[in-house]
Amino acid sequence: MNIQAGIKLTAAEAALVESYNEQVGELPGDGATLLARDTLLSDLKEAGLPTRRVEAWHYTDLKALLKSVPAFLHGASAQRVEPIVPGSTVLSVVNGKAHTRLLPEGITAKSYADTLLDGSAAAGLVARDADDVIGRINGSFVRDGLIVEIAEGAAFEAPIEIQSVQNCGQVNTRFPVRFGAGAKATVIERHLATGEDAALVTSVTDMRLADDAEVTWIIFQSEGEADTHLAQFKAELGANAKLRLYVINGGGKLVRQEIHIAVAGEGSDLTLRGINLLGGESHTDVTFTVGHDVPHTTSTEVIRNVVLDRARGVFQGQIRVAQDAQKTDAKMSCNTLLLSDDAEFSAKPELEIFADDVQCGHGATVIDIDHTQLFYLMARGVPENKARAMLVNAFVAEIVEELEDETLVEALEGVISDWLEKHA
Amino acid sequence: MLEIKNLHARIAEDGTEIIRGLNLTVNDGEVAAIMGPNGSGKSTLSYILAGREDYEVTEGDILYNGESILELDPAERAAKGVFLAFQYPVEIPGVATMQFLKVAMNEQRKARGEDELTTPDFMRRVKEAAAELQISPEMLRRPLNVGFSGGEKKRAEILQMALLEPKLCVLDETDSGLDIDALKIVADGVNALRAPDRSVIVITHYQRLLDYIVPDTVHVLYKGQVIKSGDKTLAHELEANGYADIIGAAA
Ligand SMILES: Nc1ncnc2c1ncn2[C@@H]1O[C@H](COP(=O)(O)OP(=O)(O)OP(=O)(O)O)[C@@H](O)[C@H]1O
Ligand SMILES: [Mg+2]
Repeated sequence: MNIQAGIKLTAAEAALVESYNEQVGELPGDGATLLARDTLLSDLKEAGLPTRRVEAWHYTDLKALLKSVPAFLHGASAQRVEPIVPGSTVLSVVNGKAHTRLLPEGITAKSYADTLLDGSAAAGLVARDADDVIGRINGSFVRDGLIVEIAEGAAFEAPIEIQSVQNCGQVNTRFPVRFGAGAKATVIERHLATGEDAALVTSVTDMRLADDAEVTWIIFQSEGEADTHLAQFKAELGANAKLRLYVINGGGKLVRQEIHIAVAGEGSDLTLRGINLLGGESHTDVTFTVGHDVPHTTSTEVIRNVVLDRARGVFQGQIRVAQDAQKTDAKMSCNTLLLSDDAEFSAKPELEIFADDVQCGHGATVIDIDHTQLFYLMARGVPENKARAMLVNAFVAEIVEELEDETLVEALEGVISDWLEKHA
Repeated sequence: MLEIKNLHARIAEDGTEIIRGLNLTVNDGEVAAIMGPNGSGKSTLSYILAGREDYEVTEGDILYNGESILELDPAERAAKGVFLAFQYPVEIPGVATMQFLKVAMNEQRKARGEDELTTPDFMRRVKEAAAELQISPEMLRRPLNVGFSGGEKKRAEILQMALLEPKLCVLDETDSGLDIDALKIVADGVNALRAPDRSVIVITHYQRLLDYIVPDTVHVLYKGQVIKSGDKTLAHELEANGYADIIGAAA
């Protein structure tokens, strides 16, 4: 591909283009796949990385924030780690390469690379819209991932953990996931780094819930302190399907997690819970859109943020209610505990409502530790720093407890208190 | 045990003086009742004893076993044995009751240089004390005080007191919100803790509680001062005649 003269690229943009040119010969794919990749990359090059002038990226000026791009590494050496919840069924992508194993009945997983090779994935390698830079980068570079199918009516004792682990370099993965009608499952989509050198990770999860499926999906991101993590989670819900989506960010230097949900079937319900644990000099952006397209659908969104040091966080949440989507019930809130004067959090809730008989609301608050609660704990002999830590923990644990499943709650609370112990 | 000398204290935020030259002595093993009209400063006094930062002591001193505790923070006072059963126990969503109890007990033990409790030992203590106070295991599984009824909150305070084994117990209107049976249970709980080396300050509006927890001394607090002290008959007098006479005599 020839670089057009006259367009000035930033160092990171140039590195992406160069990296593509270096890798393209070995990226899996047939002609159709290659064509799709080329198109995405040339769009990326033409549009460049988004700046704050692009509305969807207003609080995350990727052009300014993404300073460099690590090279793709052959033979990276990360290892699979123990799952968060002991006894989980683990599917893993290690150093960007999928491993499928013997799985319990009702679930199958195939390598995404195979569908790139035979061209069947090519049609999916498109951007969502003109601002979809994550789709473009990921689609250009994607090498592997997992295609997961959960059979109709399947149910599982243990959670399924889809683990994506690397130590550095570039990792670009995709996860198309299908839940059959009435399937019930708890899935933990986990992204973590075990090395300290920088990684650029992009990941696209594309999920479909057939009618009556009930899914708890937990995204837990704990990339390294130097890492860039650009992820997208898309889901479409069939009639009476229920998706409980937890997004927990506890790592990375530059993070954008997009969530795009279509509550497309009547009676479908989305519960989004977000926990952002932000420290150091990190920048973390959770951008969420939900479209209520048919009558009688519900969604609630609760985001809790703990922000320390010089960290910055962003939550953009957009609820769209189509004209026909009467009786929609949607509520969104975003609460932030700012624990340092240099910490920052921007919340941008947005309602776009075209139906008249709906109940929609949103609120955003910034709070401090409650002094009466602090006094109460201390009056029982809990020293101040420990009492503070308990209250910070409680602020987010409250959301985790909604999950009710005791082992899961315990595992996630462990993850959160580990983070707080290390950072606060 | 406790000696409060000419204590003056004000609300830190706006400087309003609430405690205005208060004197009170509570001996080892004594049960002292504090009564007084609404707004006289009873809860404020209890908060100041526990070390709440919202109040500033401007004059006088609080001696606990002969030492001033004014410079100690609430956690340090608690570790030394000061316990306040709150008039309005605080709900803390997200903090599990059991976890809280364990942390509180072990932090106090640590501060005193004692070993932490083993989990089975801890569980046994909680189970026993909860059974005495008719607190259900289900209640203990909830977040701290969250969704507890008024009476359940008060019982939970006494549970904490029983587990923490303090030396100076301040009960701020522990009787309010309790039904007759619960009042009896709570009073039994308090009486069980009576000991020669443990003192109790019972803040209440009603003789009813003092029928169960019989005080050695009764003190009337009014406008931030103790205006009259006596034995248990003083409480009967107040029950019969109200505060008017005593306030009139003091004015
Ligand atoms: N933090 C505060 N801010 C404002 N006013 C306060 C504060 N604390 C106490 N006060 C005021 O000080 C006075 C004494 O209050 P306190 O709660 O100590 O009374 P009390 O004797 O416990 O009354 P009650 O019998 O109603 O419980 C009241 O007028 C109260 O409004
Ligand atoms: Mg009071």
